[in-house]
Amino acid sequence: MLILAIETASSQAGCAIGGHEGVLASAHSGINGRHAENISPQIAFIKEQAGINYSELGAIAVDIGPGLFTGLRVGVATAVSIAHALTLPVIGISSLDLLAFPARWTSRLIVSAMDARRGELFTALFRRVPGGIQRVRDANVCTAEDLAAEIQTFDESILLVGDGALRYAEVFESLGRVELAEQGLAHPSARAMVQLAHARAMREEFVQPWDLEPIYLRKPDAEINWSTRNNSK
Amino acid sequence: MADLILGIETSCDETAAAVVESSKLIRSSIVSSQVHLHERFGGVVPEIASRAHVDLIVPVVAEALVASGLEGSQIEAVAATAGPGLVGSLLVGVSSAKALATVWDVPFIAVNHLEAHLYASFLEDPDLQLPLVFLLVSGGHTLLVLMEEQGKYRVLGSTLDDAAGEAFDKVARYLGLGYPGGPAIDNLALEGDRSAFKYPRSLVQENPATLPDDRRFAFSFSGLKTAVVNHVNSNPDVATEDVVASFQEAVVDALVTKLKWALDSTGVEAACLGGGVAANSRLRERFMEVCDSNGVKGCLPSKAMCTDNAAMVAAAGYWRLKKMGPSPLNTGVNPNLGLV
Ligand SMILES: [Zn+2]
Repeated sequence: MLILAIETASSQAGCAIGGHEGVLASAHSGINGRHAENISPQIAFIKEQAGINYSELGAIAVDIGPGLFTGLRVGVATAVSIAHALTLPVIGISSLDLLAFPARWTSRLIVSAMDARRGELFTALFRRVPGGIQRVRDANVCTAEDLAAEIQTFDESILLVGDGALRYAEVFESLGRVELAEQGLAHPSARAMVQLAHARAMREEFVQPWDLEPIYLRKPDAEINWSTRNNSK
Repeated sequence: MADLILGIETSCDETAAAVVESSKLIRSSIVSSQVHLHERFGGVVPEIASRAHVDLIVPVVAEALVASGLEGSQIEAVAATAGPGLVGSLLVGVSSAKALATVWDVPFIAVNHLEAHLYASFLEDPDLQLPLVFLLVSGGHTLLVLMEEQGKYRVLGSTLDDAAGEAFDKVARYLGLGYPGGPAIDNLALEGDRSAFKYPRSLVQENPATLPDDRRFAFSFSGLKTAVVNHVNSNPDVATEDVVASFQEAVVDALVTKLKWALDSTGVEAACLGGGVAANSRLRERFMEVCDSNGVKGCLPSKAMCTDNAAMVAAAGYWRLKKMGPSPLNTGVNPNLGLV
């Protein structure tokens, strides 16, 4: 089955087409903040590079967050619209799973830490299992110090991946048994998504485009202010 | 030539999609309002609006296609509002429209929301002749435009501070009438005396020639809002219905006076009203009075066509495609896009 993977939830964006034989074509841009401009032309480009018709696709995969809200929505709106137009199912994949997946060669505890801005990180914990990764602790949003305190409770070696880990490197480097993955693994990648989505497609872990739900992890500021105000009344 | 156009509108708090044929025949027009999501905040919250657009975009587009009786593959172009509006909201509609245009392999058209409002009138009255003067009044805009020919506009005047719809919302919020303020004030004003209080009409004088050129067709509503607040603060027992009726009359007076001046100075033979505030019953009444007394044809779109919808986006997209061709697929959004 051929899958179109769309990734716009971090400061980088990209897309890829591939199946069980690997990636046929991919595009990537590291320029901040032009996801909405870039993603449709990139999809048209890789479709030509792959030498396929859209009708040959079997599913659309997309990063459903957590991530930077605006970019995340650009990817999700693009993916669900394509899926609807082509009558295809969608495979929603968490950005934190995508960060951990390429690190599955290690037997260490894998910690995804994505820069969530405002001095916080989106994080989740994973462990290698046959054929992939398994989540040990669900996604949350916390500070680098919170995460450092949490991983110190594990009596084992740890691999930290993500742009959030690199941004707060000084907080983690002083900890024992912790290594930070390099820049090349710091952003969720569309190429990795093809592989991860293909495995999920084989297990038929699909949703319909109108059922796909982005993972924001944070409420809109107005809602936070509103409930604080009403709780204090 | 592309005749069957899918329009998408997500510039504010309405998720809308429509299929329009040859800019004339509305095959379908679906509008999903988020008013209930923003009500408790007393105004549109951008992040909440953006999230809702993501949830609604596929169901609304799907419904528009089903209601049109067409398959997606029959659509010949996709148009979406690219500005002005809320950036996060605009991005959802534009991303969706570009995605659809990409996989259907049809042109994408980036549409100006203000231009779309102008085209709403042509959907309901295809015989409308240009040139005409257009009064666009909404929560985000208050504009007096001379539409000389298709795609050629001159902005005669706009608001210097609040949009008229914003003034309605602010006064309604102050008086505790709920959100949105327009319909609440419109209804309550029916029970009040509109001549009870003489609130200020900014930039309105006996003789328009005494105003400087750049102010002649301009509007200002923040002074009026302050006057109402001060008046009620110092007279807490005043009848609310008289306050809102008098406030509404002051807004409408300013709007139609400038419209009359514009008709006098341009000599055009038709005028159109548009935007969400064009649903206000007193404004509709006074608009027609001015048109009649000036002997011009008054075009009053239905309320559904005045408020934000995607049929107007498809109609504007049709003309834009014809005149200027498709927009590139790397088009972004522009929250501050102007009409000219
Ligand atoms: Zn509007």
